[in-house]
Amino acid sequence: MTTEFFLANRPLWAVLISLVAAIVILANDRRHNIREAATLLAAVGKFAIILSMMPAVLAGQIIETTPLTLAPGIALHLRADACGLVFALLSSFLWIATSVYNIGYMRALKYGHETGYYACFAVALSSAIGIALSANLLTLFIFYEILTLATYPLVFHARTKEAIDGGHKYLVYTLAAGQLLLVAIIWTMIVAPGAGFTAGGFLAGKAPVAVLQVLFVLFVLGFGVKAAVMPLHDWLPTAMVAPTPVSALLHAVAVVKAGAFGFVRVAGFVFGPALIKDIGMGPLLAWLASITIIVASLRALSEDGLKRRLAYSTVGQLSYVVLGTAIASPLAFLGAIFHIVAHAFMKITLFFCAGAIYATTHKENVSEMKGIGRQMPLTMAAFTIGSIAIVGTPFWVGFVSKWNLGFGALQAGQPVFIAILVLSALLTTGYFFPIVYTAYFGSSEKELSYHEAKPSLLYPLLITAAVSFILGISPNFGLNFYDLAIQAVNSVFAASSGLSGGGL
Amino acid sequence: MTANYPALIVIIPLAVAVITPVLGRISIVLAQLSAAAALLVAFISSLGALQHALAEGSWHYYFGGWAPPWGIEYVIDPLSGGLATLVSFIGLLVLIYAVPHLATKPARENTYFYTLYLLCVAGLLGMVVTGDVFNLYVFLEISSLAAYALIAFGGSRATVAGYRYLLIGTAAACLYLLGIGYLYALTGSLNMADLAELLPAVDAPTALVIATVLIVIGLGIKMALFPLHGWLPDAYSSAPAPVTGFIAAVMAKVSAYAIYRICFFVLKDTGTAIIALNMVGWMAAAGIIFGSIMAIAQNDLWRMLAYSSVAQMCYIALGVALGNTYGIYGALLHILNHAVTKGCLFLIAGSIAWKTGIRDITQFAKMCRKMPWTMAVFVVAALSMIGLPPTAGFFSKMYLVMGSVEAGAWGYVAVLVASSLLTAIYFFRVIEYAYLHQPAQGEAVKLEQENSVMARRWELPASMLMPIILLGIGVLTLGVLSEKIIADVIQFALPWGMP
Repeated sequence: MTTEFFLANRPLWAVLISLVAAIVILANDRRHNIREAATLLAAVGKFAIILSMMPAVLAGQIIETTPLTLAPGIALHLRADACGLVFALLSSFLWIATSVYNIGYMRALKYGHETGYYACFAVALSSAIGIALSANLLTLFIFYEILTLATYPLVFHARTKEAIDGGHKYLVYTLAAGQLLLVAIIWTMIVAPGAGFTAGGFLAGKAPVAVLQVLFVLFVLGFGVKAAVMPLHDWLPTAMVAPTPVSALLHAVAVVKAGAFGFVRVAGFVFGPALIKDIGMGPLLAWLASITIIVASLRALSEDGLKRRLAYSTVGQLSYVVLGTAIASPLAFLGAIFHIVAHAFMKITLFFCAGAIYATTHKENVSEMKGIGRQMPLTMAAFTIGSIAIVGTPFWVGFVSKWNLGFGALQAGQPVFIAILVLSALLTTGYFFPIVYTAYFGSSEKELSYHEAKPSLLYPLLITAAVSFILGISPNFGLNFYDLAIQAVNSVFAASSGLSGGGL
Repeated sequence: MTANYPALIVIIPLAVAVITPVLGRISIVLAQLSAAAALLVAFISSLGALQHALAEGSWHYYFGGWAPPWGIEYVIDPLSGGLATLVSFIGLLVLIYAVPHLATKPARENTYFYTLYLLCVAGLLGMVVTGDVFNLYVFLEISSLAAYALIAFGGSRATVAGYRYLLIGTAAACLYLLGIGYLYALTGSLNMADLAELLPAVDAPTALVIATVLIVIGLGIKMALFPLHGWLPDAYSSAPAPVTGFIAAVMAKVSAYAIYRICFFVLKDTGTAIIALNMVGWMAAAGIIFGSIMAIAQNDLWRMLAYSSVAQMCYIALGVALGNTYGIYGALLHILNHAVTKGCLFLIAGSIAWKTGIRDITQFAKMCRKMPWTMAVFVVAALSMIGLPPTAGFFSKMYLVMGSVEAGAWGYVAVLVASSLLTAIYFFRVIEYAYLHQPAQGEAVKLEQENSVMARRWELPASMLMPIILLGIGVLTLGVLSEKIIADVIQFALPWGMP
């Protein structure tokens, strides 16, 4: 019975393990090794638990648990389905890499207050996994708000005036959006009592079109802030004052992807693609996402701060996911879900590189990075890989999602969005390749000698860079992201999508 | 003894209050212990009575065996039983908390404090368990008179605040008395259940409207319903910490309960209650915004919390005014949640003032180092006030929004959303001062010295820290268990869920 109990409640353990780690971390304020060992153990344990659910989910099973009732008829419902597992596997895998990187980075830069930092990180990961595995809107909302609260201290971590102001802005945006989301969720709960996420949506016919349109707008505003859809994106570049591991894992993967994942859930599992088409909100969102993609790319061109440039790039890339859910054809949806994965690996590599450069040389502006490719060849090689991938070059991971998005646009009869994708790819080249060029061919006044980042910073970024390449050739490598995404799409489109596993 | 639980809830604290001056002459410790024992008995009796009511339906206890409407009846249903449990529990915790506060005061003052405190608790418990509108008035006066004196314990400013509260509170009680006078003139009965049966047959709409308005305004003043809240900020911010902790946690809530009880159980079939509640709803909506904005403007933590109470009491009024299932769930759950949360916050504010003498938020720099446990609980309680999951405050707010959406009251939805954000502004301001701001140069050095001295000691005496931590844990547990509380207790407290 005990083994069964353990196995059946795996989604719950996956959430709780890092909460427990947070308590252990807080209790070991002065014992740094125990504190950091707890972080690493929790990261590995979390990934193992989630990985153990993958075979069952791939075989079509669903593992779910309802440990608690939240409101009459609504439980705290955690469920590992294909869609949620993509996000959960991704976040927990990258948390391992980030934990190693974190220890190296925080020891190199000596910010202080690190106990709280690691604890908040662990809580943030708990809530990210909670969001991934939520089976209804209220459960998702609870984790979504905890994520906001856990990441707020990470933003102001440096405790400079700039950092505190960045924290303010972050709170204002996310709390306001959270309230709108709460209204949307409660309204949905009143319109469709007790409904959980249902592949293909559950709102059809439950309320007049006008009500559904207002609801959709509320959801867009609620999730749009974390997904940094313009004009709700402004907190993200400001939040780059946080230590780089935070920017890397949270502001490129867990937090912002929680918003993007929210869009996937709302489009695929609350409204459903057919209903979005019926109420006519798809094109509106698609254009909002397109404008975000273009404007963010243009803004990125003019940023000198490397992290800020990466942040604007994130703003643009996140809207690829939003665009995919808005176009709402099977392939576009597949592209959207896979882009959550693809962008995560590429962007975390780029952020890791930015952090490694900062921790090693204390340079944070692109204009200072002349010749840094000779000084830190491995780091810059990884950065180059990340840049090539994010542009969408064939055989790199970014290509897989963009290819599907483009075909999805054709499938939906909206080829205009292909033009947006191409234009964005050009702009992306425009703001990433000058960095690479400066790093390798820029001539600096001082003679630069070989001075690579220390191993705890270097290995994580080499691994994520390698994965960005491998997933481009074999999108299913290791963690079966592509098959899981296809399975999710098939469930949303009731197997009418004509997709089969295997990838390229 | 179990057969007399409803009577014991009130009689024991009342009786011990009467003998406390004598016990205090003998020994202060004896007075303390007897007061604590009295509240413990009240708590156990409330809990027992609540369980009885949940298991076997409402418990009608006839005082002295006289059947109503001639005799006085105590009614323990899930609503009154639950609230009595809450009041006696908070009363007991705050009594324990009060001991170090009073240690420096002369013995005579100690004795008076315990006497008045027990009277105040007994009065509130009486208001909760009675099934008789006039008896409710008597207990209202007992608790209020004791509260005026308790507030005046806080020194010269408190005397003025207490006196002001006395004047306003007496007027409020008179209005209520007039209101029930009308009801008595119309029906010849003072028993709640009896009135509920007699009133629909009464054909005197004007008199009934006047009665309703008088009762709602009278109790509205006591619960500090905007714009009748004038007495509250001064009273809360100048009373001694334990007194504020207790009255802010439960006193106004008992009046809110009385409004709910009378509107939904006595006046339910007359039609006048609906009109009164509609008015209460808009007063509450305005009060939520007003209280929140005023709270933002305060630099004194106590006054900030007091204005926050104005806003939060209006949450309860809003839920009652909505009058649908979710709205009442929200209101009743908020009575519980806000009692625990605000009680906790005022105890924290009191502890900070007791330990450091600081009440001004702008001087809170490094408070997280001086009092780490207290401030950690403060953060949890603040999140609950804002209404963020997974704390208790989130769930009551969720039900209020559900009730508003169901009723199509979009104005209320907007007010609740705006209020959360405004509340976030003033609570995060405190948190930032306590955790992020750097003290001035000289201060910092002094702080280092203090820190090294008290490195291995607890920041507060156990009898102050334990109630705070207990309430902090309560804030989290009530959040996790909110549905259970609704399913087990609150759903039986709905007017249409009554047997």
